[in-house]
Amino acid sequence: MLTRPDDGKLTFTYDGRAVRARTGDSIAAALLAAGIQVTRATPVSGASRGPYCMMGACFECLAVVDGRPSVQTCMTEVRDGMRVERQDGARGLAVGA
Amino acid sequence: MSYDVAVIGGGMVGTAIAYGCATRGARTVLLDQGDLSLRAARANAGLIYSQGKGEGLPAYAAWTRRSIDLWPDFAAMMEAASGRSIGFRQRGVIAYCLGHAELETRRALLHRMHNQSGGPAAPVHVIDRRELEAMLPDATLGPRVVGATYSPRDCDVNALPLLRALYAGFLQAEGVHLPECTVGRIAPVGTGFAITSDRDTVHAGKVVVACGLGIPALAPGVGLRAPVRPVRGQMIVTERLTPFLPIPGSGVRQIHEGVVQIGTTTEEGLTTPATTVGDLARMAARAVKVIPALAQARLVRSWAGIRPMTPDGCPIYQQSPEHPGAFVAVCHSGVTLCAAHTGPLAEAILAGTLPADVSDLHPDRFDAHAT
Amino acid sequence: MNADLIIVGGGPAGVSAAIEARARGLSVLLLDENAAPGGRIWQALEVRGAKDADDAAALDLLKAFRACGAAAHWGATVWTIEPDGVVYWSEAGASHSARGAKVLLATGTTERPVPIPGWTLPGVMTVGAAQIALKTGELVPAGQSWIAGQGPLVLLYAVQALRAGGRLAGILDLSDPAARWPALKHLPRALSAFRDLWKGVAWQREIARAGVPWIRASDLRAVGEGALREIAFRAGGETRCEPADLLLLHDGVIPSVQITRALFLEHEWSASQRSWRSVTDAWGVSSVPNILVAGDGAGIGGALAATCAGRIAALGAVCALGKIDVATRDTAAAPWRAAQARYNAVRPLLDTLYRPLPKQLDDATLVCRCEEVTAGQLRTAARIGALGMNQLKAFTRCGMGPCQGRMCGATAIEVMALARGVPVEQIEPLRTRFPTKPITLGEIAALTEDA
Repeated sequence: MLTRPDDGKLTFTYDGRAVRARTGDSIAAALLAAGIQVTRATPVSGASRGPYCMMGACFECLAVVDGRPSVQTCMTEVRDGMRVERQDGARGLAVGA
Repeated sequence: MSYDVAVIGGGMVGTAIAYGCATRGARTVLLDQGDLSLRAARANAGLIYSQGKGEGLPAYAAWTRRSIDLWPDFAAMMEAASGRSIGFRQRGVIAYCLGHAELETRRALLHRMHNQSGGPAAPVHVIDRRELEAMLPDATLGPRVVGATYSPRDCDVNALPLLRALYAGFLQAEGVHLPECTVGRIAPVGTGFAITSDRDTVHAGKVVVACGLGIPALAPGVGLRAPVRPVRGQMIVTERLTPFLPIPGSGVRQIHEGVVQIGTTTEEGLTTPATTVGDLARMAARAVKVIPALAQARLVRSWAGIRPMTPDGCPIYQQSPEHPGAFVAVCHSGVTLCAAHTGPLAEAILAGTLPADVSDLHPDRFDAHAT
Repeated sequence: MNADLIIVGGGPAGVSAAIEARARGLSVLLLDENAAPGGRIWQALEVRGAKDADDAAALDLLKAFRACGAAAHWGATVWTIEPDGVVYWSEAGASHSARGAKVLLATGTTERPVPIPGWTLPGVMTVGAAQIALKTGELVPAGQSWIAGQGPLVLLYAVQALRAGGRLAGILDLSDPAARWPALKHLPRALSAFRDLWKGVAWQREIARAGVPWIRASDLRAVGEGALREIAFRAGGETRCEPADLLLLHDGVIPSVQITRALFLEHEWSASQRSWRSVTDAWGVSSVPNILVAGDGAGIGGALAATCAGRIAALGAVCALGKIDVATRDTAAAPWRAAQARYNAVRPLLDTLYRPLPKQLDDATLVCRCEEVTAGQLRTAARIGALGMNQLKAFTRCGMGPCQGRMCGATAIEVMALARGVPVEQIEPLRTRFPTKPITLGEIAALTEDA
């Protein structure tokens, strides 16, 4: 487990659950600090995956951020009030233009 | 070691012919280059597509028809032999029309094909936007999509698993694969041929030159002729998406893994398999005009393949008049014709002839049009 | 937009090149996908501040970069470079382009994958990942955290984590004991980098004093259902299982070749570093005259060697663009070359001591994480005629996912080499493609307005 004493003053949600973050945190780092290691289920087999490289190379940490799928959470800074959701399998396309 | 048949070229055409020969009991050897040879087979969109094929050359339309007729059984055989899916679907192919000018151009093409001897390769008709929307309930079409031409008996397949299945089937039928060979010379020897590569010389009773853009270097040596020129095709593939496009389109298709393939370009005379931003942008822009929601999908990679193009875009098949037993076979639509290549073409080659279907697909037709 | 020199990557090599190029009068555009300069080794250094003399020197360099007058874009992901020097990047969801007379690729490294059974379980990450989490978020290991692998970063991270208040259940040393003797012959040359060697010894002692078990181990497996639960390994002649909620793997780093391969640059196999790298001349010029490569991306040498390489490449570009003559260029480069040689002196020792872990993969172990292709599937493809990595990709989909081979390429080529019975360098490596990282169709379609 990765932890830290001060979890920060920002708040975002992951699958509806409130998660704390510090200014400058990547979403992935804040999730790991909260003990959340899974961000998606793969579109190939549905296996659970989460951050692996933390530097934008592995594409394992993808999640849906404010309605946008396939966002690399390790390369995206947390904003207060962000809505992050686990990406379940292949992403969908919103109906309509 | 002497073989019954030597096939030069391990792409979609050569492997199909080699498979057809080996599975009919002929001792077959397939000479192939390396990992990075100009593999047109890897630039293929995977469509088994009839629209517009053989305009001005009815024999090509008929040959295409024959192959499409054979495809479903051939696909079943491939899947049984390889134990894995090749993604074959017979749901037709849609050629989207953006704007009325495009629709009228395609309508005129259909008209010409219908009026041609033998008619179009496969049934095809114009559909309007309403019918299109009914066929694609999970896809919202862009405002400029006015309709399409639809060929309901056409099919699509995953080209790479198909090639893999052909290879596997060929080896299972005791075909011999000689990779990393570049053939330099074919020489008539006795009643057969000696094929010399940078690695070895093999002897075979018959030889089939099916190496695409490598043909012009080898063909004249055995009295064969197949003018081809390189044409580059670029393609785009997206990340995996939930299924929303059940019927393939000629420029955009969702394969069963969920990725969407978009393409291709047709660029003359280019032999570097590189992609250019301008062309990728144009392909992406067209796809987004057809299905606007695709704008959100991420392009995961693009690639380019160099494909052989004959002077009229139609296949060339020939048996050498001076050296019977030497054949050449080349086409731009190696996937569509795959079933015919593994079937009647291979069978005829083994019998020392070519199918009657392809007698008009002889290279001498280019002399008739000389100006 | 035009610039004399476009630099991709704001790490040690990139910022050094920018400083030098600006000092000699070139216009410079630097692009980096992170929020600030520093690359990996100096990540977030401006925010977290210097903790030692090395950090302080690095911070000074970053300050000099900030002041040098280079145009810099952060959060900028380069996704294509056209052969004529036009660089496209994505920033805040929109694509931009600029033309550089010279383009310098300073994109550093990726971690060599460590494909053990269960390596895709949530809770298994790289040591580099944990170091990033430490540097940017002050996250430290606690609970049942294990490190496994080999290499200087293992020691460095363990020390950093412990000093920051972290706790480690243990460190599994997976290095090959047989590497020790061959490494000794490089010791004399490495002694000129005595400080570095001594640091390594001191770190080892600090870790031991903190009570962290250092275990020589092999046959490591990560076990769990949907997340890491325990690790299993062989040590001291027996099999052990230990509870684990975090496993950090490391087996060195390899040059990042995503862009260089997509540009069809010539590459060479480094037997000593067991990795591919771009072929460059003494000035960092690749097989394409307007494309330069410098830093770890051209061969692993570490941060300080990278700063020298950046300076040398910049001097080469400045001369090629006519701002200085050859004599000036050579004289200016001389001290950088001398420094670079000193920094590289320890390399043969490290490369031999930490030669990559052997890849004895079970058939069931995943090699391609994105497309979930196992070692067994790769071996089957080799048997039915795949000769090289590109045919392997065509047959198995290995390398077709968004990471485009970053996580699987180095492993897959070794699996192929073993399956075909040929040296790795004879296997045609994976061709990578643009876009270097996925961008939306909408973003690229928007370029038709000006295409």
